[in-house]
Amino acid sequence: IRVDSRTIYVGHRSSSTNEAFIPPKFCDNRIVSSKYTVWNFLPKNLFEQFRRIANFYFLIIFLVQVIVDTPTSPVTSGLPLFFVITVTAIKQGYEDWLRHKADNEVNKYPVTVLEDGRRIRKESEKIKVGDVVEVEEDKTFPCDLILLQSSRGDDTCFVTTASLDGESNHKTHYTVPDTEKDLESLNATIECEQPQPDLYKFVGRMHIYKTNQEPAVRSLGPENLLLKGATLKNTQKICGVAVYTGMETKMALNYQGKSQKRSAVEKSINAFLLVYLCILVSKALVCTTLKYVWQGKPGQDEPWYNEKTQREKDTNLYLKMFTDFLSFMVLFNFIIPVSMYVTVEMQKFLGSFFITWDKDFFDPEIKEGALVNTSDLNEELGQVEYVFTDKTGTLTQNNMEFIECCIDGFQYKYQDESSELDGLCVPDGPVSKLQQKAGREREELFLRALCLCHTVQVKESSEQGQAHEQRGFIASSPDEVALVKGTVVERSSMYELLHVLNFDPVRRRMSVIVRSKSGETLLFCKGADSSIFPRVKQEEVERIRMHVERNATEGYRTLCVAYKYLSEEEYAQADAGLREARLALQDREQKLMSVYNQVETGMSLIGATAVEDRLQEEAAETMEALQGAGMNVWVLTGDKMETAKSTCYACRLFQRSTELLELTVRTLEDGGRRREERLHELLLDYHKKAVQDAPPVKAGVTRRWSSANQDYGFIIDGATLSMVLNSSSESNASRYKNLFLQICQNCTAVLCCRMAPLQKAQIVKMVKNSKGCPITLSIGDGANDVSMILEAHVGIGIKGKEGRQAVRNSDYAIPKLKHLKKLLLAHGHLYYVRIAHLVQYFFYKNLCFILPQFLYQFFCGYSQQPLYDAAYLTMYNICFTSMPILAYSLLEQHICIEVLLDNATLYRDIAKNAMLRWGLFLYWTLLGVFHGLLFFFGVRFLFSNPALQDNGQVFGNWSYGTIVFTVLVFTVTLKLALDTRHWTWINHFVIWGSLAFYVFFSFFWGGIIWPFLKQQRLYFVFANMLSSVSAWLVIILLILVSLLPEILLVVFRKPRGPNARQIAPVTPLSYKHLKEDD
Amino acid sequence: MMASSYNAKEEDGHHSGAANHGGAGAVKSKKPDNTAFKQQRLPAWQPILTAGTVLPAFFVIGLIFIPIGIGLYVSSNNIKEFEIDYTGVDISNPCYVCAKNFSWNSTTPCHCSVNFTLTQPFESNVFMYYGLSNFYQNHRRYVKSRDDSQLNGDHSALAYPSKECEPYRTSEGLPIAPCGAIANSLFNDTLELYYIDLNGTRNEIPLVKKGIAWWTDKHVKFRNPGGNNNLTVAFRGTSKPVNWRKPVYELDSTDLENNGFINEDFIVWMRTAALPTFRKLYRIIQKKSSTTPTLPSGQYILDINYNYPVLSFDGRKRMILSTISWMGGKNPFLGIAYITVGSICFFLGVVLLIIHHKYDTRNNSADIPN
Repeated sequence: IRVDSRTIYVGHRSSSTNEAFIPPKFCDNRIVSSKYTVWNFLPKNLFEQFRRIANFYFLIIFLVQVIVDTPTSPVTSGLPLFFVITVTAIKQGYEDWLRHKADNEVNKYPVTVLEDGRRIRKESEKIKVGDVVEVEEDKTFPCDLILLQSSRGDDTCFVTTASLDGESNHKTHYTVPDTEKDLESLNATIECEQPQPDLYKFVGRMHIYKTNQEPAVRSLGPENLLLKGATLKNTQKICGVAVYTGMETKMALNYQGKSQKRSAVEKSINAFLLVYLCILVSKALVCTTLKYVWQGKPGQDEPWYNEKTQREKDTNLYLKMFTDFLSFMVLFNFIIPVSMYVTVEMQKFLGSFFITWDKDFFDPEIKEGALVNTSDLNEELGQVEYVFTDKTGTLTQNNMEFIECCIDGFQYKYQDESSELDGLCVPDGPVSKLQQKAGREREELFLRALCLCHTVQVKESSEQGQAHEQRGFIASSPDEVALVKGTVVERSSMYELLHVLNFDPVRRRMSVIVRSKSGETLLFCKGADSSIFPRVKQEEVERIRMHVERNATEGYRTLCVAYKYLSEEEYAQADAGLREARLALQDREQKLMSVYNQVETGMSLIGATAVEDRLQEEAAETMEALQGAGMNVWVLTGDKMETAKSTCYACRLFQRSTELLELTVRTLEDGGRRREERLHELLLDYHKKAVQDAPPVKAGVTRRWSSANQDYGFIIDGATLSMVLNSSSESNASRYKNLFLQICQNCTAVLCCRMAPLQKAQIVKMVKNSKGCPITLSIGDGANDVSMILEAHVGIGIKGKEGRQAVRNSDYAIPKLKHLKKLLLAHGHLYYVRIAHLVQYFFYKNLCFILPQFLYQFFCGYSQQPLYDAAYLTMYNICFTSMPILAYSLLEQHICIEVLLDNATLYRDIAKNAMLRWGLFLYWTLLGVFHGLLFFFGVRFLFSNPALQDNGQVFGNWSYGTIVFTVLVFTVTLKLALDTRHWTWINHFVIWGSLAFYVFFSFFWGGIIWPFLKQQRLYFVFANMLSSVSAWLVIILLILVSLLPEILLVVFRKPRGPNARQIAPVTPLSYKHLKEDD
Repeated sequence: MMASSYNAKEEDGHHSGAANHGGAGAVKSKKPDNTAFKQQRLPAWQPILTAGTVLPAFFVIGLIFIPIGIGLYVSSNNIKEFEIDYTGVDISNPCYVCAKNFSWNSTTPCHCSVNFTLTQPFESNVFMYYGLSNFYQNHRRYVKSRDDSQLNGDHSALAYPSKECEPYRTSEGLPIAPCGAIANSLFNDTLELYYIDLNGTRNEIPLVKKGIAWWTDKHVKFRNPGGNNNLTVAFRGTSKPVNWRKPVYELDSTDLENNGFINEDFIVWMRTAALPTFRKLYRIIQKKSSTTPTLPSGQYILDINYNYPVLSFDGRKRMILSTISWMGGKNPFLGIAYITVGSICFFLGVVLLIIHHKYDTRNNSADIPN
């Protein structure tokens, strides 16, 4: 039976002596992140590897080869499989070894535990729940602790959770109130919830037993909980009791691999694989059928010169048919190459380094470059159709600057910039009168409100001398820093802080309750206008609203400030409510919320502030490039509409000519009718405007550049969106959703404001699952963007100011928004082209490899006789043809990077998986068939007279195969050479090197009588082949004829393509570009 | 004439150090290296294929291929080749009786003679082939039915032949040497050629049996166990293949150096043919003097010791006389293919030239208003 809460005996002291003390069983403090042990590594790893469908397929083929008498030896497929499995196992083993090492480091870390008054050094893994642990400054907590005692006088301690959520600011945690200073005599139990992964949630209760007294109960919240992995700062030492240990700590619960994202290319590969599997099976079926038809003719099955063994004669006919079928499968199985998986993996892994290496992504400010968290999605960067971007911190810098404020409708502007030197300003400095002055006391109240209503901490500097200049502010929100910087820092000691009503994104406001020296109890509230205005006296709203709205249209962040005097009764009621809610074990959040809402009513508005959030560098250029590349940019923000709209204008997402279609609470209320009806009406109206009246989109033609069309921008807010998505009736919901999507798809930019984090993810999900399954990309910097980053196909984190959560959960992280342009337009484009070509080429080269072998069956009595020697069969994909394509897929730049960046429209050429469509796949397949036919029949006609040497000697079947194979290797490599547009020395080395290696290997392989081989099939076959002029001539002829259509196509296509004119003249310029860059 | 631009991108690795020297050591390690490779800026050759660049290539290919093709075609046509089927399917064929009455048990070989006429003299060395049709030497069961280590003179393989040789591995308890289906089915017809001169006398034409197998096969791949001396002793304890009349060390009674595994007829047979219709070199007729043709035109008799049954699997046997050119035996395929491809290239070159010319002028005229 699962219990909802656990009881912990602090210091293992039972509460009452008469009760039998049974220490509850909890897991120990060992962290196990490793997957394997020495003993289970082999079986477990192998099992996991063979769960991959491809590996399993090759294993089956291998087993068939071992069991059934098949044409090729098990080595041909066993060796590559063994190689792949071994390399993967070594890689995973190494990674696991690293994990073991890291685990050990954590588990063996020495900690101090207080036991019966003595301080005992223990290894971290031996901590049990209930132990009282002592932690010193700058040490990390070994498990989740409830803070009991701090060396600081005010019963607080500071903690950074940088390794948990990436937020490097200092957070304050509090000791449990009223615990005794002497921990030895503390007799208490803690009742808390079962472990759960949310880092910011914790509810618990502490019962403190004192002799001869009623047990005292104290509530425990996240502010009392010190998380494993966090570091103690600014505090000499603390003592805490372990509540969650080992794998039950919040850190361990949060430790889980992200769900695997699969790229569109991978899906294409799987589809192509299926086609090839069908080809394979049908080939084997055709051959098996024909074999038995052919054998039916008299004298063919078993001529006197080729008798069967006794065993073969004895086998059942149907069993024979089945094994024949399997044999053919094995013979043709090379059509589905193991090596493709290896090459694709290597390409992705190695290719992703180019992103980390790119110095254009290096930001001198944070001294970091781009980060690649997964290499599986490189090519997806070239396929993005929808970009969802956060506003604050992504489009804008999240670097707040105080601009102005208004008090009672009078405007004050920040002017004296020089006084900002140390971040502190004298009261009269920044706030100079512009118009009229409001009442002095109002001013003071306003400033006081700003000063009090915040969570800003003045950073303690260890060196006294520097304290003056280095005094910085640490706070949970950058807005606040700006505000506090802009106003006075008064001595808050004048006031006693009674309660903090925390900020959260749903309420969009925070309050403090303070008591002044004179004994008055005040509540100051600060928050977004939409959340403040309904809670203040309506007559005060109008004069401030004007300012707020004007500030918002200028793109400033605005905050409204309100206050209220609390009478004694009111305060007592609120105090009781808050305390009760905080103690609640269940639904604490909701209870707190309702108390908050109760308290924050009937306030009076004092004023508003405006803080500017500057646009990111090159935000507009980046957005323009993305739109030019055919991507739909959606801005999803929690900000208010006006601010967001002005940002959109500033980013040129909306142009002056753009007609805005608004679907917000305001427009819904305009008609004076029921919202639902109005929504319905507006949706239909907009749909008519944007979708039906719009001229049909010509495929591939850039809609945006044709000036004749009207541009539309769409604006929706969170409340309306939830109406659209969660409409009262089922049928309406899906209909509205469709209308909404269609409108959005026809707009150049969409702005969704007032979004909750979850709504962001909802939108991404909706677009992701809409018709055509477009590839989505989310970019954001804060914790509120994590949900959409995880939801989208590609998640990009910006290494911004709002912590590192977005970066940790992203697939790629970049320092600035402007880097997105290069990431998508250059890297994404190139990766897509590279891997698409890689995939097509791999299928092609294996088709024309195996087709001659298939055709040969028609000439060898369907006996599964391989055309090529086993060495060639094995080496073809591993050695002879693997390196050039790998080099190509890493280095190819069919269009150079500068051109890609300059012409965003080039991105449209590869949109919608353009290079892996069935049409192109068919082309490559036909090319493979053509080449295979050509190779086989070209040599077949040559061999109509096998006397090919000038001494009259004849060639046998292995010479036949070797000639075909030579033509094959050369053609396939030269075909790639033809496709290569960017020949670095590596390409040269690898392409010509592979061919040279093939020749060298063939000489070597045929030059020696190999001691352990059963058959010396190729002995001097290659050398003899080269001594024949006819063989030379046929090889040259066949290579040329195979490549001729290719060359012709290239020639005919190039000058007619839409890009040729753009690319050709720009390419020579790239050198100049580079010079300018430096 | 490739329209290519050698895009020498500058490697500016040394800049980064100079520009950044104020930064701390930790900064440097995080900043990506500014090398040409890491920045994807390796100097690269960027060929662009256009009509203009490929055009000359087409002409060149055409101009090279057509003469080669003509050369090939002419030399193939100059090769004299004579082929005669002596299977004996028709009752009119002299070998009909031998073919019909074939039995494995007969100890005396069946003789038959075929008369034929060469209308043209064969001038240079003439190569005599035997050809088989519908004989699947490339059948998998057949191809693998051999033991190359045994043939290489390995003693243990001689005593214990490979399993692949089944069902021709042992006979009456003794290992077969050479084992396997290929060896067992060695072509054992003997062919002799007589020229009937104008007087009506039969002149035996000397047939050379040396140099019909690959040199490397004869001297390296095929070895007799224990050298070439005293083969009888070396092959003691082995049995002859089931279908053979003589053991392997008595294959050639005239030349002792041509016995055992290094018998050239045997080596030629062991090189399995690629297709079910094939020919194998049997004998060489050397040119004697520069004045007389090797085989003058006239009447010939082909004397056959008919030992090799092919009718059971609907096969055919042929004797082929052929001269050889630098490209090998007669085969018009290569010549025709070269001429065709050369002509196509040339034709395409012309077409491309026209297209290119038209396209260029149109392009130019379109550009002027701009």
